[in-house]
Formats: sequence, C-alpha cells, structure tokens
Amino acid sequence: MDTFQDTVLKLKHYWADRGTIIQEPYDVEVGAGTMCPETFLRVLGPKPYRVAYVQPSRRPADGRYGENPNRLYKHQQLQVILKPTPDEAIGIDLSKHDIKFEEDNWESPTLGAWGIGWQVMLDGLEITQFTYFQQCGGIDLDLAPAELTYGLERISAFLQGVDSVYDMLWAPGVKYSEVRLADEVQFSVYNFEMANVDRLWRLLGEYEAECKELLAGYEKYPEKHRYPVLAAYDQVLKCSHLFNLLDARGAISVTERVGVIKRVRDLAVGTAKIWAAQQSDQQSEGALA
Amino acid sequence: MSLDFLLEIGTEEIPHWMIPGALAQLAKMDLLGATARVDATPRRLVVRAQGLPERTPDSEQIVKGPPITAGDKAAEGFAKKQGADASALRKAGNYYELVKKVSGRAALDILAESLPGAILGVQWPKTMYWTDRSGPRFIRPIRWLVALLGDQVIPVEIGGVRSGNVTRGHRILGASSIPVTIANYESELRKNFVILAAHERRHKIEKEGAALGAKLDGDLVETLTYITEFPTAIKGDFDPAYLALPAEVLTTVMRHHQKYFSVEDAIGLAPNFVAVMNTSGDPDGLVKNGNERVLKARFNDARFFWNVDQAKKLAERVDDLAKVTFQAKLGSYKEKTDRVVALVKELGGNADAQRAALLCKCDLTTEMVKEFTDLQGVVGGLYAKAQGEPEAVSRAIYEHYEPLSMDDSIPETREGQILALADKLDTLRGCFGVGLIPSGSKDPFALRRAAQGIVKILVEAGLDYKLDSLAQGELHAFLLDRVQHYFREVRGFNYDEVNAVLKVGVTTLKDVEDRLSHVARVRPTPNFEPLAASFKRINNILKQANFTGGAVDKSLLEAGPENDLYEAYTKLPANGPLEDVAELRPLTDRFFDTVMVNAPDPKIRENRLSMLSDMLRKFSSIADFSEIVTSGDQTKS
Repeated sequence: MDTFQDTVLKLKHYWADRGTIIQEPYDVEVGAGTMCPETFLRVLGPKPYRVAYVQPSRRPADGRYGENPNRLYKHQQLQVILKPTPDEAIGIDLSKHDIKFEEDNWESPTLGAWGIGWQVMLDGLEITQFTYFQQCGGIDLDLAPAELTYGLERISAFLQGVDSVYDMLWAPGVKYSEVRLADEVQFSVYNFEMANVDRLWRLLGEYEAECKELLAGYEKYPEKHRYPVLAAYDQVLKCSHLFNLLDARGAISVTERVGVIKRVRDLAVGTAKIWAAQQSDQQSEGALA
Repeated sequence: MSLDFLLEIGTEEIPHWMIPGALAQLAKMDLLGATARVDATPRRLVVRAQGLPERTPDSEQIVKGPPITAGDKAAEGFAKKQGADASALRKAGNYYELVKKVSGRAALDILAESLPGAILGVQWPKTMYWTDRSGPRFIRPIRWLVALLGDQVIPVEIGGVRSGNVTRGHRILGASSIPVTIANYESELRKNFVILAAHERRHKIEKEGAALGAKLDGDLVETLTYITEFPTAIKGDFDPAYLALPAEVLTTVMRHHQKYFSVEDAIGLAPNFVAVMNTSGDPDGLVKNGNERVLKARFNDARFFWNVDQAKKLAERVDDLAKVTFQAKLGSYKEKTDRVVALVKELGGNADAQRAALLCKCDLTTEMVKEFTDLQGVVGGLYAKAQGEPEAVSRAIYEHYEPLSMDDSIPETREGQILALADKLDTLRGCFGVGLIPSGSKDPFALRRAAQGIVKILVEAGLDYKLDSLAQGELHAFLLDRVQHYFREVRGFNYDEVNAVLKVGVTTLKDVEDRLSHVARVRPTPNFEPLAASFKRINNILKQANFTGGAVDKSLLEAGPENDLYEAYTKLPANGPLEDVAELRPLTDRFFDTVMVNAPDPKIRENRLSMLSDMLRKFSSIADFSEIVTSGDQTKS
C-alpha cells in the first residue's frame, strides 16, 4: 500500500518523466496552487512552460479543529501546468475503472481568473480538476494552458481505504495526524477565535499600500527587468490570505465582501498587467534568457 | 445520383445539459435540401442525412443593366463588365438585362465551405478557446472531425484538426483510431463501446437500473444519458448504520453529489445504491468497491455535520441570522424572520405556527444546509424534531418551502400552510416594495414561483383570506395573474370561464374556485350558452342605452312574456344553482322574441331596461356571463 508520501513521489515522478519541471512549494500563504506565481504569472504571455509542484493550500474557513474526517484548513495540492495544452491533455489508462468527466468550471474572483473544465471522477471519486485557463489577472491568455489539480489527501486516503484523512499513513508507521493534527487544531482556534480583526484589517491595508506603491513605480523605473513585480505579487497573496482570514473570522459582511474582493482583484490585475509588460519589454531588450 | 452525409464533431466531454440544445441547432443545418438527423454522446455531435444531390442544378441569373436611354456605350460597358458580348443583352422595359448561366456546384465544395461556419456557429452558453487566443471558439476543444459525403471526405479544417474518415471509440474500451464509412459508422462505434443514440443509452440505464431496484428519477436518467457513452448500472451497498441519518439527507448525497439512484424496500430506504458507470462492466468489483468507499466518506461527512449542528439548537441560532443576508435592500434573515413571525400572527397562526416562523430560517446557519443547500427547510424540520420541538412546529418548518413547483403538493398541516404563505408573501411584499418586480423572463428571486405557491396554498388549503387583504396594487395584479394561470393551466378551466368569474371580483380564492366549478358544471347543459348569449345581449342593450339604473315598477310590466320572465327570475335565489338560472332560457328567448325593449313610451322603456339590469345583476354575482365565449362569437377567442 502506498503511503501519502509514496503517492506524492509517484505523481512527481510521473510528471517529471513527461517533461515538466518539478518545482518546490511557494513560501507565501495561498488558498490554492493556482495562486502561486508559477501558475498565476507563468500562464500569461506566449512563452511555453510546464511545471508541477506540491503546494500546501490554506483555507482558514475550511478548518474544522481536526474533527472532520475530510475537511482541512491546510491541504496539499499537486498542481500541474501544461502550456501550451498538448493535443490531448487527458490521457488515462485505467481499463478496469469507471472514468467520467463532469463539467466544473473554475473561477477566482480575487484573481480575476477563470477557466473551463471538468472534475474527473474515478469510480465516483473526484480525483482531479482539469481546467483550460482562459483568463488570468483579467488578461485573456495567449495560449490556453491546461491545469491539473490533485487533492492529495483525498486521493491518498481513498487509495489507503481509510475513513479519515488523519488515519492514513504519511510515511511507514507515521500517521497523517501525527504530522498535521496540531496544525489543524491550533489554526482553527486562531482563525475562528483569536485572530485580531482590527489588526488584520490594518495589515490588509498595509500590504495593499505596499503593493500599490510597487505597481505605481514600474513606469518610471529605468531597468525594467530588475523591477520587483514578483514582490508586488507577494503582497497580493498576503492580501488574499488576510481576506480569507477575515472571512473565517466572520468579519466581512455580505455587503462589504464585494468591495474587498475588488480591492484584491485590482491588485492582482495590476500585477498581471505589469508582469506581462515586463515580459514583452524583456523580449525586446533581450535582457534575460 | 444522391449521396449520404455524415458529420461527426469529436470533442472533449461536453457538459450534458448543453447537448440537446446544440443538437436542435445542428438539426437545422443547411444540407442542400436534405433533412438532418442528429445524435450525440458527451464526446461527439453527429449529423447524418440521406439523399443529398451530387451537384446543385444549373440556373440562370438575371442581371439588370443600364437604361436603354443611356446608349450603346453604356450597354457595351455593362456587357464587358459581366464578361459577355453586347449582343447577349436583351431589353426588358426601359432597361437592358443580361441572362447569365450559373453552373451548379458540387455538393462536396459547397459543404467544404459551409461546414466550419455551421459547426462554429452553434450557440453555447459559454465558449472557450484551446489553441491560442485567435483560434476557434467552441464549447470544448474539437479533437477530430469525420466529414463524409458518400465515400468522399469533405475537406474541412478547424483549429488545426483536419476532417477525415477516422473516428474514435470509447475513451478506455474502444480503439482510438477507427476508419469508418457512412454505412458502418454506427456499428463500428458500437463495436468500440459507444452507443450513439441517446434513447438507447437512456433505455439501457432505465432497464438495468430498474432490474437492480433503482428508484429512477427522470432528471438523473437524463444527466447520466449524456455523461456516458456506454452506460452500465451496478449496485452497491452501504452500512445499514447510516440509515439512522434521515432519508432526505442520504438521498440528497446519493442523487445530487454522487449521481446514484437510491434503492427502496418495503420499509423505506434500503442500504444500497445504483451507480451508472461509463464502461461495460465491473468484473472484479473494483468500481463497486470504489464507489462504496466514496459514498461512505460522504455519509461520514453528513453524520459529522449532523452531530456538530446538534451542539447549538435552532432556537439558539435566531440571532445568528442577523449575519445572513436575505437581500441587500431587504436586510438580514433576522429581519425577515421578525416580519414573518408578525405576519403569521396577523394571519391568525397559532402558537406553534409562530414558533415555527421564529425557527424556520435558522437551518441556514447549520453545516448541513451549508453543504446541502437543497435541503433548507427539510433540515430545519428534522433538527426541530430531534431537539424536542412540538410535532406541529417541526412539520411546519419542514414543509414551509412547499410547494416548490406547480406539481409539488402544498404543506399538509395548517401551521405549515400559514407559515409557507407568510414566508412567500413577505418575500413578495418586500421585493415589490423595493422595486424588484419580475419583468419578462427576468425573475431572479423566483417571485412568480412564490406567487404561484401562495395561490396554490390559498386554494388547495381552502384558506379564507381575502386576496385584497393580502396584497394591494401591483402585487395584487401580479397575484391575480397567477390566479388565472393556476385555474387555467393547473386546473384546466377554460379561459373564458376564468375571465367570467374573475370579472365580477375576487374575495377569497376558495370562493373563486367554487364559482368556477359552478360555471364549469352548467357549461355543458343545453340552456347555458344560449342564456349566456342572452346575457351578453342584455349587456349590450344596457350599454347602448347608457342605462344608469332604476327600480323596476311592477305595475308597468306587460302581462305575458315580460311579466312571466320577471316572476320567474325574482323567484330564484341570487346565488342559487346556475342550472336554475339556465332554466330561464325559454322565458328569456320568448321575451326577446316578442317584447320590444325600445318601447315608444320612455317610461315603459326605462322600466324594461331596469328589469333586464336587475336580472343581470342578480345572477352576475357568480360570473360575468358576457365573458363566456359562445358558439356565436368563436372568432373572439
């Protein structure tokens, strides 16, 4: 039987064998693997790219104090980006199983991104999301990259035949709960009960200001390829995470919600625009390989 | 020679609910006069036709030239431009014209030109591009094209995919490259585990499902028909311990989340399910096993939600509703709850109904409803019961979203009826109050459904609230429109009967129903329609005479037909059976045959008008008979 780490390693190998770069996780909090710069920024522009990485994804509102068998505050996603999309991106050889493709389009209002796709059902289990990206940061994508997202805990628990993700083996003799339960409990307490709402709002404002300042400075900066657009994007991710935290704290009323989402989206869209500009500037300068 | 035609658009999986709409459009494809036959699976849209001409016939085209007065030069110039000799021109009236021979074209060429447009011209709810931004847009990527006219390939290219005679089979069971002809196309697909015809797949699902004890459900059958190419049903089991969860929750998980049919035995829900695979079989039980594990995890979730939710009773959640928005302009569900409680009280609801009103929206804050939104109300009712609320309270909460459609039944308990009525009425009053009034097909808050529900409850529960005490102004008119719709479409009354009854006013809907039944009962009797025609005549006479009213002076009545009619109608009770009124017909006919209403003596004339008016009024409390369409004025309908 494959442990959690066996499954992760096998998937990484599988994609490495198919010519994707295996990246390591990004080190700023994200709600989904899509938000990492490796996806969000790399899908922009005409340059081909293939990458796969495991990304811990934090969703404060999904925390259940470690009590829900399937729902986690932080879960691991394996994210695969294939740009451009191969002729037939979906290749599955599972002759004894039942595979169905069910419509499931993806949309991220805070990132100004959406795509068309499916959830792939294997014997009734959603094993992966498959999406053709159409827009990111409000920009129509030159190529329509394919994204595959695997919820690793879910797949692994299924393969191990356990009822609760906490019971599955992470490594031989080590349960998932031993590695992660404390995380789930403590962050549920923090996210739902203790995070200081006033301070979170202030932090959101601070990161937003930092991002705006960076976005405003690009135009006049002489050496475009040195300009820290990537740092601006980190501020977007910070804001997005703070938004999720405030949401979990129940601090965002329905009427405020739309407004805050728009604040974050404006930053994401602004960053995407500058990143795309920087890419084409670089191409014309021939500055960076 | 006539030719057959085959087009197969091979795609990645198309959303099931969009396929029938696309097929309807493809069926209208221009195939040189041949009729298109369409079929589809999730991975292919297929158009077939027989009897296409090999070529279109030669034809003549008349091109209008310059006026004859413009002279020979102009005529020559025109002819030259058309590639003809001036001698070929002929005169038509004051102009020259040229008859050009247009040779017919090969069907193959015409189709090669028209197919890409016909394919990409299909309207979808949302399209995508998959090559690059300038590439074609379709519902999902097009991966292969089969386009045949007779035994020739119609050359077409879309997004880098060139047409050919090669199709693909089932993703897993079939070959990925299958040369076909028009004749063997469908059978080759079948050999490769693709059942092309939707009705065959549907039948297979229904037959196999029924054999396994599935409780078939039309919508789900339709969904499964269009997400499979080779559907096969299998039965799975779950631990009977989960039957401790409410059947409503279990079926929702099975049907909506997993697309399984539930199975029932004599007692109720059985610990089994029927799944429909997109493959030919499950010899090793792997698929069964996998689905059982998934369902178990889902049921575990539901059990977890149930247990967590019990930690906070519904009654303790009322204040939490302040955080749940009902509608931006109408505030939170807490505010709605306060209004509904007051309204239930106003409608005379008892203590249980008022309690139910207070708790009915609390389930919106539970984990269970957040997960299974379709179960709002149902979950509230189940929780109320589990938390020891009186039966009447839990039932009322459970039922208060009913009726969900015109076919759905209304709440069974009086408390449930009043709560359902108050909830819907509050939504309507609120939305109308802030100008959210449905127009045309736009009805984002499902106000028509709410209004329809109110009408259905009022009539079928026999509630005696007067319509104008519930709603005024635009909302009253809106409800009245639904009253008409209900009695016509749901109850099957004729539109003129409904008009006749509504014309004389609406008090309670029970009264409307009684009067309608009354009219419909006498409608087929021989005297009714002629009498209705007479009433219409009376109406016209009164209108023409600008009659404003007056009392009947008995002493002025002429003996014979006039007095007889008077005696007869005054003896009848005002709201009595219409059958008796219909019996007045011979007397009425005799009156009109022999008595001149427009008598020379103005006093007699006035008195006759008074009598007719009196009679009309007396029997018009049930319906305005002038609205009844009689055989004499069919054209009006």
